[in-house]
Amino acid sequence: MEHITLLLGIVIVTALVFDFTNGFHDTANAMATTISTGALRPKTAVAMSAALNLVGAFLSVEVAKTISGGIINEQGIRVEVIFAALVGAILWNLLTWLLGLPSSSSHALFGGLIGAAVASAGWSAVNGSTIVTKVLIPAVAAPIVAGLASMLATRLSFAVGSRADEKATAKGYRAGSIASAGLVSLAHGTNDAQKTMGVITLALVTGGVIAPGSNPPTWVIVSAGLAIALGTYLGGWRIVRTLGKGLTDLAPQQGFAAQTSAATAILASSHIGFSLSTTQVCSGAVMGAGLGRKGGVVRWSTATRMFVAWGLTLPAAGLVGAGAELLTDQGTWGTVATGVLLVAGAGVIWSLSRRKPVTVDNVNDVEAEPAGVVTTAIAAVIPPPAGQLASADAQTDPATGPKVTIPAQTTGPRATIPAQTTGPSAEPTSPATV
Amino acid sequence: MKIDWAALGSVFGVSLVVTVALVGLFTLGVVGLAKKESPRGGAALAATGAYACFAACAAAVAYGIYLIVS
Repeated sequence: MEHITLLLGIVIVTALVFDFTNGFHDTANAMATTISTGALRPKTAVAMSAALNLVGAFLSVEVAKTISGGIINEQGIRVEVIFAALVGAILWNLLTWLLGLPSSSSHALFGGLIGAAVASAGWSAVNGSTIVTKVLIPAVAAPIVAGLASMLATRLSFAVGSRADEKATAKGYRAGSIASAGLVSLAHGTNDAQKTMGVITLALVTGGVIAPGSNPPTWVIVSAGLAIALGTYLGGWRIVRTLGKGLTDLAPQQGFAAQTSAATAILASSHIGFSLSTTQVCSGAVMGAGLGRKGGVVRWSTATRMFVAWGLTLPAAGLVGAGAELLTDQGTWGTVATGVLLVAGAGVIWSLSRRKPVTVDNVNDVEAEPAGVVTTAIAAVIPPPAGQLASADAQTDPATGPKVTIPAQTTGPRATIPAQTTGPSAEPTSPATV
Repeated sequence: MKIDWAALGSVFGVSLVVTVALVGLFTLGVVGLAKKESPRGGAALAATGAYACFAACAAAVAYGIYLIVS
């Protein structure tokens, strides 16, 4: 651990912070459906997921030798470029967390790397066709693959199990979805913790601390595993809520079908060698499960916001990465300034999140819009989610216990006034049936 | 630009078939167990079938762990 310069130290810490946000962001992928269907209590779910992430980090012997998979030219990459890329990826992860939108952490890292590499060495540093084959096509394919599988599985499950007693079967489906969620967590630990190990190892090689081609030191493996597990344990409850409750309403067998399809698609894709983003696979699987049930709904306003976030991930993280790279290029003060800006940005996002905190206690409540400047800005770009809260109220499955109040019936003489104020829930938007 | 359509196609096919098969098997198992608790007959047969289904699903999970570790 000798010869670690200040810059290298900062990069290592930043990489671990990215790893933390990665775990934090991706808790939802593995556990959102198990939490929303009541298979596991929220705290138990994240603890299990964190433990499996940690185990996963130690399982794989083959450590990522490349951090971008050939998207950028990593020959002679400078430590500053890695730092700038991480800044872009972390800020995008935090912003999407604030908005409660699941988005791929790997794509955020790719975006940051592309932006920083372009700012540092021009467009020739980026391999355009690899972006298409490794990012764009998988991003489109992932939700379709997992969504269709999950939809058909949900239909089959409802058809086969239609005559069985719901109470007797729910327990079984919940147990099944816990197993599937465990597989997703384990796979996530091996893939994503490795990515951070790759980043730190590359930085160490670039900084001349370890020889090129050597395996990551043990302290790198341990710290990367711990960072992702800690992030997972603290849980990005906003995203858990969106995925578990916001996109659609899930009965136990839907949660099971969604989680099984996600686990299968993730394992199949990494085994066959056409890697799909875990986040997009899981989101697609949840939507598919929603569509597979007779009369099931997908809240397309929420889904659209999610798709917009996916589309923006690469350019947004790239812009921040490029800006950070230009700043770090100014010398030591620039690097320090970038670090300060990162901390400040994270602080602002965190304090905005405190206005309407989503915690372990209210994670299963019906989705409420996080208010904030950013939400308004995003809402201006996409079709406004008019009546979204109304549809959330109106479309909630009666069986899952919505908290719809009917003041008009109970308040007697002054019935007209509350009836007016609750107007939106009286006109439900037509559910998107299949 | 070379897009590996064959790999994408097999990911698609494998995901679809395996997911539907697993969920179908598991549902049969769950329904079979629920039947065991009901007062009607055929309980032993239903339970045996259910455990066979669960065993197949457990084998699939074991294979999944094997894929992650290897």
